[in-house]
Amino acid sequence: MLILFHILLFFMIIGSIVAIETKNMLSAVIAVGAVGFGVSLMFLFLGAPDIAITQVIVEVLSLVILIRATVYIDNRAIERKFDSFAIITGLLFLGFFIMAAVWAFGDMTPFGEPLMRVSRRYLSGTAAETGAVNAVAGVILDYRAYDTLGEAMVLFASILGALVILRNRGKKPVVK
Amino acid sequence: MLSHTSLYILDIALMGMGIYALIAKRHIIKKIIGVVIIEYAINLFLILIGYRAEGVAVAPIQDAEIGATELAAKAVDPLPQALVLTSIVIGLGTLALMAALAIKLYEKYKTFDMSEINRLRG
Repeated sequence: MLILFHILLFFMIIGSIVAIETKNMLSAVIAVGAVGFGVSLMFLFLGAPDIAITQVIVEVLSLVILIRATVYIDNRAIERKFDSFAIITGLLFLGFFIMAAVWAFGDMTPFGEPLMRVSRRYLSGTAAETGAVNAVAGVILDYRAYDTLGEAMVLFASILGALVILRNRGKKPVVK
Repeated sequence: MLSHTSLYILDIALMGMGIYALIAKRHIIKKIIGVVIIEYAINLFLILIGYRAEGVAVAPIQDAEIGATELAAKAVDPLPQALVLTSIVIGLGTLALMAALAIKLYEKYKTFDMSEINRLRG
């Protein structure tokens, strides 16, 4: 099982390298789709079928959005100019970040032994208290329903923002 | 070599790819792709924290064979799963917002290149 997780993670890292470094934008977007489906498979093997289903749906929708935003409009590659300052800053920040992360892993519970203080109560009481057989549904719709309400508000606000940005009617024409 | 911490480190490396794209790339869509990869890596990290390594992972769903007490002893953590479900859907909303901004920038400047777009006066 551990070997499978490592193989999937290597697949995702290679997919993200392809997505970042390729010149054709259509292949970049499709490589992001491959990374997303790898994440979905990983969720499935980690015991989270609800999230795997949601991830597949969101992945397909985000592919449609990205293709509409890029390839449909302009598929030209930007000619490569070697920007050494940005690359050095990026790699330096990356190194600091990974070092800090490895340092912080020492204080976490080890992989495979989660600290389930409140979750044990959710797991044992979800059928009796909420009537839901699926503990995830019991958590999002009953124990922590206010979080779901906030999520719906954030989603509404972001879609409203996208609609306002993309609207053309009722604007004054730009005077040049 | 295949230790348990190496999974965490690989996941952080995946997130680092996104950070690198966000800092060093000049194409706007490449920057958006970096944000999407960071989202994937963080969601995956939260699910990895809630995994239980006793045999095959048991999803937190009761059925005829697994009762409530057995579920509490065996199943993976349902709390990060519920919050990550929220986070994935919000990621779709922010992606739509970023794509809308990129389309508007293209309509104004006729390019996706960030070094061309930084004439932001007037």
